[in-house]
Amino acid sequence: MTVKTATGSAATLPKADRGSAGKRFWAWLNKRLPVDQFLASQVTEYYAPKNFNFWYYFGSLALVVLVLQLVTGIFLTMFYKPGEATAFDSVQFIMREVDWGWLIRYLHSSGASFFFIVVYLHMFRAFLYGSYKPPRELLWLLGMLVYLALMAEAFMGYVLPWGNMSYWGAQVIVNVFGTIPGIGPDLVLWIRGDYGIADATLNRFFSLHVAAIPLALLLLVALHLVALHEVGSNNPDGIEIKEKVGADGHPLDGIPFHPYYTVKDFVGIGVFLVALAIVVFFVPTFGGLFLESPNFEPANPISTPADITPVWYFTPYYAMLRAVPDQRLGALLLLLAIMAFLFLPWLDRSPVKSMRYRGWMSRSALAVFVVSFIGLGYLGMQPALGVYVIIARILAVLYFLFFLLMPFYTSLESVKPVPERVVYHAH
Amino acid sequence: MRTEAVLAAVLLTVAACVPQRLPAAEEGGAAKFGADWESWRADTNVADLASVQRGARNFTSYCLGCHSLKYERWSRLGADLKIPGQLLEQNLVPPGAKVSDYILTGMPAADAEAWFGKTPPDLSLMVRARGRNYIYQYLTTFYVDPTRPTGANNLALPTTAMPDVLSEVEGLKEAVYRTETVMVEGKPKSEQVFDHFEMLAPGRMSLAEYDGFVRDTVNFLDYVSEPTQVERRQLGVWVVLFLLVFSWLALLVKREYWKDVH
Repeated sequence: MTVKTATGSAATLPKADRGSAGKRFWAWLNKRLPVDQFLASQVTEYYAPKNFNFWYYFGSLALVVLVLQLVTGIFLTMFYKPGEATAFDSVQFIMREVDWGWLIRYLHSSGASFFFIVVYLHMFRAFLYGSYKPPRELLWLLGMLVYLALMAEAFMGYVLPWGNMSYWGAQVIVNVFGTIPGIGPDLVLWIRGDYGIADATLNRFFSLHVAAIPLALLLLVALHLVALHEVGSNNPDGIEIKEKVGADGHPLDGIPFHPYYTVKDFVGIGVFLVALAIVVFFVPTFGGLFLESPNFEPANPISTPADITPVWYFTPYYAMLRAVPDQRLGALLLLLAIMAFLFLPWLDRSPVKSMRYRGWMSRSALAVFVVSFIGLGYLGMQPALGVYVIIARILAVLYFLFFLLMPFYTSLESVKPVPERVVYHAH
Repeated sequence: MRTEAVLAAVLLTVAACVPQRLPAAEEGGAAKFGADWESWRADTNVADLASVQRGARNFTSYCLGCHSLKYERWSRLGADLKIPGQLLEQNLVPPGAKVSDYILTGMPAADAEAWFGKTPPDLSLMVRARGRNYIYQYLTTFYVDPTRPTGANNLALPTTAMPDVLSEVEGLKEAVYRTETVMVEGKPKSEQVFDHFEMLAPGRMSLAEYDGFVRDTVNFLDYVSEPTQVERRQLGVWVVLFLLVFSWLALLVKREYWKDVH
C-alpha cells in the first residue's frame, strides 16, 4: 500500500510488503487447508452454462430449504419432547410459550411442504431438459436417493407432533410394509418397536428424523453436488458446453458460477422467501394442506379421523395404493411408481436431451405424465369412493405408460436439429 | 287510546318481522328458523379485541365449569386481551387459582366422566381442530329431546353428551321434523328429516343478543387456539415488504453483473 507524502513523492509504508493481518491469516490458512483452491474450482472458476432459465433456480432453493429445515429443526429439538405423553403438549408449548416458537415451528412445517414443491419443480426441470441422460445418470440417481431420504424424513417428521393424523397416517404407511410377503408382519413389528404405533415408535422416529436421516441427506446432497460439478450442469438446450472451449480453456457458453449465478440465485431466494413468508405469516395451515386440522387433536387410537390422508406431497402415491383393490398389489404399485424414476436414464432413447428439440410424442407424454401426477395428487386427498377410484386407475395406468413406452416414443419420433451453441439473448 | 292501539299494533308487527335466527333471515334465505343451519357462518374477527374480551367473560361464566383451556395461562390471557391485572384476578381467575396457572376447570375428571359418560374436551385447540363455524353451529342448534339423558340434543353433533347449559340464556327450542321419502337400496322409505326450530320458551337474551353472545365466545376460542395469530399477521406485512425490497435490490445487483454476459 502506498501513500502520497507532503512533498508529493510516493512512500511505502513499512508493513505494506507483508500485507494486512487478514491477508496474512488467509495465506497461513491456505497453506494448511485448500480454501482458495476449493472456492476457485467449485465457485469462482466453476463454469455454468449462461442460458439457465426459471427452472434452474430450484437447485439452489432446495439447498436453502435444507439449511432452513436444519436450523429451525435444531431450535425445535430444544423444546420438543418425544413421547406419547409429552409430544403433543410440547408442540403447543413451542407454539405458545417459547419466544418466537410459533415462527420457528411454522417455518419448519411450511418448510417441509416448500421442500417438496422445490424438489418436484427441480425434478420436472430434469424431465424437461433431459438432465438425467448421459453423462448425468449418477447425478440423477443420487438426486433420487435424496428424494427417497426426503420422503422418509418428511414422513417421520409428520409423526412427531403426535396429532391424530400423525398417528393414523403412521398406522397406514407402516402397514404398507406389512404387505411384503413372508417378512411383512415381523418387519412392521420391527419398525414400530411395539404391537401398535406407540411410544417406542415415536421415539425411534424422532431419533431417525433428527439424526440418522439428516446425516444421510447431507451426505447425499454433498455427493449430488460433487457429481454435478464433475460432469457440469445441463442447460435448457441440452448442449454440452464443455465441448466448445475457448482459447482460455473455459467453455465458450459458460460463465463463472460466482459472481453470475450467486447474484442471480439471490433474486430467486428473495422471491422464494416472499412466498414462504406469505404462507408462514398469513396461511400457515394452507387450508389444511400443510397442517391438517385433525392434527390439532392429540393422537387417539380409538378415534379415527373421518378421512386418513397423508400430506399433499405423498398423495399421488397414496392414490395409486388405494386404486388397487388388492392391498399387496397396491403396495407393489406404490413401490414401482417411486422406483420408476430410477430407470429414466436408460428408458430415454432420444438422441437429444432437451424438450426444445424433441418431437410431439415426447412432449405429449410429458404433459400426460404431469397431468396424471397432479391428478393422482388431488385424488389422494379425496375419499376413495366410486368415480374417484376409477379416475385414479386411469391416471395410474397413464403414469406407468409414460415410463413403459418411453423407449419407443423417444426413439420413434423425429427430432429437431440441435444448434452448435446455446441459445442466449442478453438482457 | 286509538293512537296507543295503533302504536301497539305497529310494534307487534315489527316484533313479528324481526328475524329469528339472524344469519338465515338476514341474508334473505329460508324463512323457517333453523332450516339452513348448515350454512350458518361464525363470521368472527379475532382482531376485534372487545369481542374477544366479551368471549372471555362468557367462557369463564358458562364454559369453565366443565371445560379447560389447558395450554393457556390466565396471565397470558390478561396480557393478550389487555385486561388489567386487578380486574383479571377479581373477575376472571377463579378463587384459589394463581394468575400464572393454566386455565383449568374445577370439575374433577373422574366425576365428569361419571356424570356425562366422557370428560368434557379441552377447548384450547377446538377452533383449529373443528373450525369456527362448527362451534358456532354447535352452540346454536341445541334442542329439547326428552329421549336423551340430558334432555337435549344437537344438530351439529347428534347425541351430544353435553347438556343444553346455555338454554337459560338462549331459551328452549324444539326441533320440528317433516317426512321425506328417500330411496334406500332401490326401495322408497319414509324418513324423518329436520325441518326447522320452534321456540318453546324464551331465554334471558333475545335471539339477536344470543347470536352475538355465541359469536363472541367462538371468537375468544379462536384467539385461544392460536394466541399469536393477530401478532403473526401484523408482523407478516413488514416481513413480506422487507423481502420484496430485498428481492428488488437483488434484481438490480443481478442486472448490473449480467451486463457483461453476451
